[in-house]
Amino acid sequence: MLNRTALEALTRRPLPFLKSAWPWRSVAYLLASAVPGAAFLLAAIPATLIGPPQGFVVGAAVVVGAVLPVAWFEPRRLRLVDDVPVPETPDRRRRELGLAVMTLLAMWWIDLIMVLFTVVGPALLILTPAVQPDVAPSVGVAAAVMGVLLLPVAAYTATAWGGARGAMARAVLAPQGSELNEVLRSRARLVDAFEMERRRIERDLHDGAQQRLVSLSMTLGLAKLDLPEDSPTGRLIGLAHDEAKQALAELRELIRGVHSQVLTDRGLGAAVQDVAGRSPVPVDVDVRLPGRLPTAVEVTAYYVVSEALANLAKHARAARGAVTGRLERGTLVVEVRDDGVGGADPARGTGLTGLADRLAVVGGRLSVSSPAGGPTLVRVEIPCA
Amino acid sequence: MRIVIAEDAVLLREGLAGLLERFGHTVVASVGDAPALLSAVAEHRPEAVVTDVRMPPGLSDEGLRAALHLRRLHPDLAVLVLSQYVEQTYAAELLESGGGASVGYLLKDRIGDVREFVDALDRVAAGGTVVDPEVVRQLLRRRRDPLGRLTPREQEVLGLIAEGRSNASIAKELVVTDAAVAKHIANIFAKLDLPPAADGHRRVLAVLAYLRG
Repeated sequence: MLNRTALEALTRRPLPFLKSAWPWRSVAYLLASAVPGAAFLLAAIPATLIGPPQGFVVGAAVVVGAVLPVAWFEPRRLRLVDDVPVPETPDRRRRELGLAVMTLLAMWWIDLIMVLFTVVGPALLILTPAVQPDVAPSVGVAAAVMGVLLLPVAAYTATAWGGARGAMARAVLAPQGSELNEVLRSRARLVDAFEMERRRIERDLHDGAQQRLVSLSMTLGLAKLDLPEDSPTGRLIGLAHDEAKQALAELRELIRGVHSQVLTDRGLGAAVQDVAGRSPVPVDVDVRLPGRLPTAVEVTAYYVVSEALANLAKHARAARGAVTGRLERGTLVVEVRDDGVGGADPARGTGLTGLADRLAVVGGRLSVSSPAGGPTLVRVEIPCA
Repeated sequence: MRIVIAEDAVLLREGLAGLLERFGHTVVASVGDAPALLSAVAEHRPEAVVTDVRMPPGLSDEGLRAALHLRRLHPDLAVLVLSQYVEQTYAAELLESGGGASVGYLLKDRIGDVREFVDALDRVAAGGTVVDPEVVRQLLRRRRDPLGRLTPREQEVLGLIAEGRSNASIAKELVVTDAAVAKHIANIFAKLDLPPAADGHRRVLAVLAYLRG
């Protein structure tokens, strides 16, 4: 999984995280606070030298003068801990200035103190034998070992603060929610359009081919009645009849894959019950919802459950599965679990990434727990507001 | 038997009417939507209704809703519901209406096996319960535990019971004697801890109730 921000990187397993560039990038980000810090000190030095009251005026002037360059610098520096482009807002300039003031007055020294504690501290410990020759050698070595052991901790602390700082800066630059909202809306419209189209195809097949095949099968069935079964024509009609019935069965499966009529008519509970009923692996269904949910939510949840159950049947080698569904404080929570062999990996493209994409459109979330050896739990949360 | 047919596809509606008349039934009305079905039943007072689930105006489950409504109005009216696909909740709603007697739920595909289809309609009209084999198959798949103790032959018999078949009909289907069927059935009911039930719709309902857990 790709991490796009320092905070996301923190959620990785320790070894890949420590080997990644993120701790270094975070330290670099924090060290970059030296720039606004320098600007502040530039203001402080003449202020102290000149003394009050003119000193204050000069200091204030330098700080005000520094706001513009720092406003330019801050968003660029953010890229060190956050690869996601910051969306443009109409009042971007004002927001950059706000961030600059914030950084100049408070953030820069917090950043530098964090670097001092997390990086310089362990570094000094490691160098104890060199910089403090008068301590006993055993104490010096112990301190150095201590410092080495502290380094991974330092990586976490520095990345955590760097990530938090980055998130703060991002929140100031672009208010949450404005982010990609229009893109999300247009994707949702696209999904709606697809859903409409699937519904239309289903209806066309239902009204057209399916009715004709039923009719054909009926006619052949009637013809069979009139012909002796062991006559050559009777056998042929019998074959044609079986073919027609087979085609009908296949068409029914196809139509069901295109669009679930049960979902439209009876909602998620019935549709999940239905798809579980057709699973080759026995699946217990416990979906309790207070009523119908928004169409997009129902369609997405149904899609996810269908895919999860298909995966379960194909890969999990499970003896039994279970689907639960609840509405918890305005969020639909659906869980699909099995007692199979586990090892489902989103990175290996077992269809899980497709599910996550579908969920992203409705602002939902997918989490998968599938250790090798099992069991597998797929959890889906979709806001219904 | 006097029958009302409700089916929105003209081709199928006419075919169905021809088929039923060929077997000596009288189709008193064939209609294309749910409101027309309700008024045709009020007007002709038929003995049986054959209806599609999905019909205008909403093209959703109007036919089923109309069927349930008719079952409440006329408890002795036989209703056979045809569906393009198997839906357990539809089957359950039908079976719960009017004690589950004189009601049938079949896939549309079954019309093709004309003789079996007409037999099924006759069973429903005689107060029986008919459930599509596919419904039973799905239910069987869902249940594991005690059903695992049934032999494959007994599972087969269980499916046929749920379809509303009589012992004689099951014997004919499996090409065994009536006595053998009776023995299978006794074994099944003993293994599933079901009270021994007489032939007829009560037996079907007992089996379905068990399967649906």
